[in-house]
Amino acid sequence: MQKIRTISDLEDIRESILQDKDSEKTIIRLCLSTGCRAQKSLKVNEALENEIKKYGLQNKIEIKKTGCHGFCEMGPIMVIEPANIFYCNVKPKYAGDIISETVLNGNVINRLLWKDPLTKELTKTEKDFPVYRKQRKNVFYNSGKIDPTDIDDYIAAGGYSALGKALATMTPPEIVKTVVDSGLRGRGGGGFPTGIKWRICSAAPGDIKYIIANGDEGDPGAFMDRSLMEGDPHAIIEGMIIAAFAIGANQGFIYIRKEYPIAIDHLSIAIKQAEECGLLGNDILGTGFNFTIKIDRGAGAFVCGEETALMISIEGRSGIPRSRPPYPAFEGLWGKPTVINNVETFANIPKIILKGADWYSSIGTSTSKGTKIFSLVGKVRNTGLIEVEMGTTLREIIFDIGGGVRKGKRFKAVQTGGPSGGCIPISRIDMPIDYDSLKDAGAIMGSGGMIVMDETSCMVDVARYFINFLLFESCGKCIPCREGLKQMHHILTNICEGLGEKGDIERLEELAHFMMATSLCGLGGTAPNPVLSTIRYFRDEYDAHIYDKKCSAGVCKNLFEYVIDAELCNGCTICKLKCPEKAISGEKKKPHSINPLLCIKCGICFNLCKREAIRVK
Amino acid sequence: MKVSVIIDGQMVQIEQGAPIIDAAKKAGIFIPTLCYHEALKPYGSCCLCIVEVIQDGQRRLVTSCNFPAAVGMEIFTNTARVRQSRRMIVELLLVRCPDVPLLQTMAKQMGTGLSRFKTREANECILCGLCVRFCEEVVGVGAIGLANRGVDREVATPFKMASDVCIGCGSCTYICPTGCIKMVSDRKTPNLRSLKMGNCSLVPCPNSYQCETCQIEQEFFKDIKRVIAEFRSKGQ
Repeated sequence: MQKIRTISDLEDIRESILQDKDSEKTIIRLCLSTGCRAQKSLKVNEALENEIKKYGLQNKIEIKKTGCHGFCEMGPIMVIEPANIFYCNVKPKYAGDIISETVLNGNVINRLLWKDPLTKELTKTEKDFPVYRKQRKNVFYNSGKIDPTDIDDYIAAGGYSALGKALATMTPPEIVKTVVDSGLRGRGGGGFPTGIKWRICSAAPGDIKYIIANGDEGDPGAFMDRSLMEGDPHAIIEGMIIAAFAIGANQGFIYIRKEYPIAIDHLSIAIKQAEECGLLGNDILGTGFNFTIKIDRGAGAFVCGEETALMISIEGRSGIPRSRPPYPAFEGLWGKPTVINNVETFANIPKIILKGADWYSSIGTSTSKGTKIFSLVGKVRNTGLIEVEMGTTLREIIFDIGGGVRKGKRFKAVQTGGPSGGCIPISRIDMPIDYDSLKDAGAIMGSGGMIVMDETSCMVDVARYFINFLLFESCGKCIPCREGLKQMHHILTNICEGLGEKGDIERLEELAHFMMATSLCGLGGTAPNPVLSTIRYFRDEYDAHIYDKKCSAGVCKNLFEYVIDAELCNGCTICKLKCPEKAISGEKKKPHSINPLLCIKCGICFNLCKREAIRVK
Repeated sequence: MKVSVIIDGQMVQIEQGAPIIDAAKKAGIFIPTLCYHEALKPYGSCCLCIVEVIQDGQRRLVTSCNFPAAVGMEIFTNTARVRQSRRMIVELLLVRCPDVPLLQTMAKQMGTGLSRFKTREANECILCGLCVRFCEEVVGVGAIGLANRGVDREVATPFKMASDVCIGCGSCTYICPTGCIKMVSDRKTPNLRSLKMGNCSLVPCPNSYQCETCQIEQEFFKDIKRVIAEFRSKGQ
């Protein structure tokens, strides 16, 4: 790898990489991020390599091992250039066909194309996808297109030109001003204006300052930070270098949890390559500016995503938040002024520097600018990562991009912002997504998790699940959070078990408001959100649980019974055969019945019945 | 630099950045605390010392033991919101430690005899961290620490094994507000003091505090005496 000594060097290298590119070559972009790896994309890669060897086409075909394409539901995913043919659900056994049919003869294999479950239409290229059509890939642009372990690929795609621009033509205050003007807000959850944070830190007294990228993503069902670190690690590094130059820091840390081995791997490779190229280390691009980045691995505590706990964890002590003030911008890591931002925030920086604050602030709503990556999971058809403009409505996200709720069930709520977020019901589905409207609806932006729930989710149980998660992830330092969560969990468990009493809802609300006002850190302060938002929108469900002792969703086992609708049942005997407790009786072709004394409510019959004759009562 | 703040209507001058609780002391206002001690760095875990603060037009609850006072700050130590929150804290603590006399007295003072929450745990430790911090900051030993996370958090020695650094000074016993750390003498070995915390005994000095005959002690003092002698000879 060539050392880049000056800014003009960078442009020369970019040109030479682009010239060396063989335009005749067929490129297969195969997703090798965690989601697709779980669906055996490594084996697909192996099979493809064997096929290529068999045909002797090593010089004609290149397999590019990319990061996440976003459509994780249908993994493993591959895109074959130059026609950009999009194949999903690729199995190793199809490797031969892909090479012989598509690559050599240019024929599209229909069974590997994505079929719209509603219209039954086949989608041939990436652009035609309904999933991608409403998205605006800004931060996530490179992921799925470049090889994250190859710095040349990133430079060829225009990478590090923002760094060149910042170092050559801008002063640190100008950079800070650009970020302030862009209106970028922290993507980790709090939504504090990034530029203001940088301005405070750059003005704070002290020679030593630090930059920290927070990649400690712990929300259940959220994986955008992981995919970003896996798919485009250089964008994060570039953003960090620019931030360091802006505030005058010489040392940076990236905090990643150990559960993300591929992210750690890709970032370590990226840092090493950037160091070899002279983009990190001493005298970056001949400007005399020094900056190094270290990776710090966390042990996976949810609370370590909180900024003060994260810094204490980097210092080598157990990650427990401290009270603020002093804020990290004044007294952070080892008592020095520190800027701590989410990895997604840093990945936004290069585009802002390159295209300007005006361009960035033209995207999004009046208070929330830019685009945001969401992980769309739960009972939605097209699970995966999406990036949309701020201000896109929930309806567009869930129904247009996500394809609606699975198996013709009805949409009930969407849980945003991870365990500390809230549940938004159907009545507010036309709400535009931005920091303030989400807060107004009782949820938070969080890091961008979205869990879609249908009518089979019990909202009391959902609240209990998240409180249970937080109960074990709370650090246990302050009393409101530790003891408050314990009591909340106790009350919610009682309600779910049918032991709820009059006054429980009021007690929950009182506890929630108390915790929000007095907790030490953000974890305790936002922990009651799932309880408050479910009480706000689904109070009837709480009432049904407490007074009628009924759970209409069929989740809380003490509060419902399965019954067979005699009119719908055709006596196919499937339920009878599969019942583990032999609780179902009835003759062939005659309506069956369930003995409630034997039924353990496992739900096997409910899921098996094709005529939907089994109901929750 | 001194700043003046208004606390419950009284103007008080204190150092900028000093915690609000100092201002309250100066004004003669009592703020109940559990995890606060003058000899230790503020920790802010019990949240009993919360007060309501108006700063830059924002009204919010903060812990007075570690929130720095600033110019133009208005502090209220006894509003309905403060009283309600304190009562809730004591109530929650009573669930955890129903038999601790201190908490029972506090609850009576605040007007809640019983906790509205039904569960009862048989705990005595409120996890205020005073013993841990005292051992580390004042005694300088650090024999005990706070282990685990969340509901499993507890005060313990490393790996819950008998401590080899505890000097048996008894500071933790003294400072514990609920009296859950007890000093017990081990009858099998005379003159040996050991602290009993829950189920883990801290065995302190390997030579049972027989300092006059102890080898370690004598060698230590030999060294000290030599250093002092050298220092003195240099001075002359």
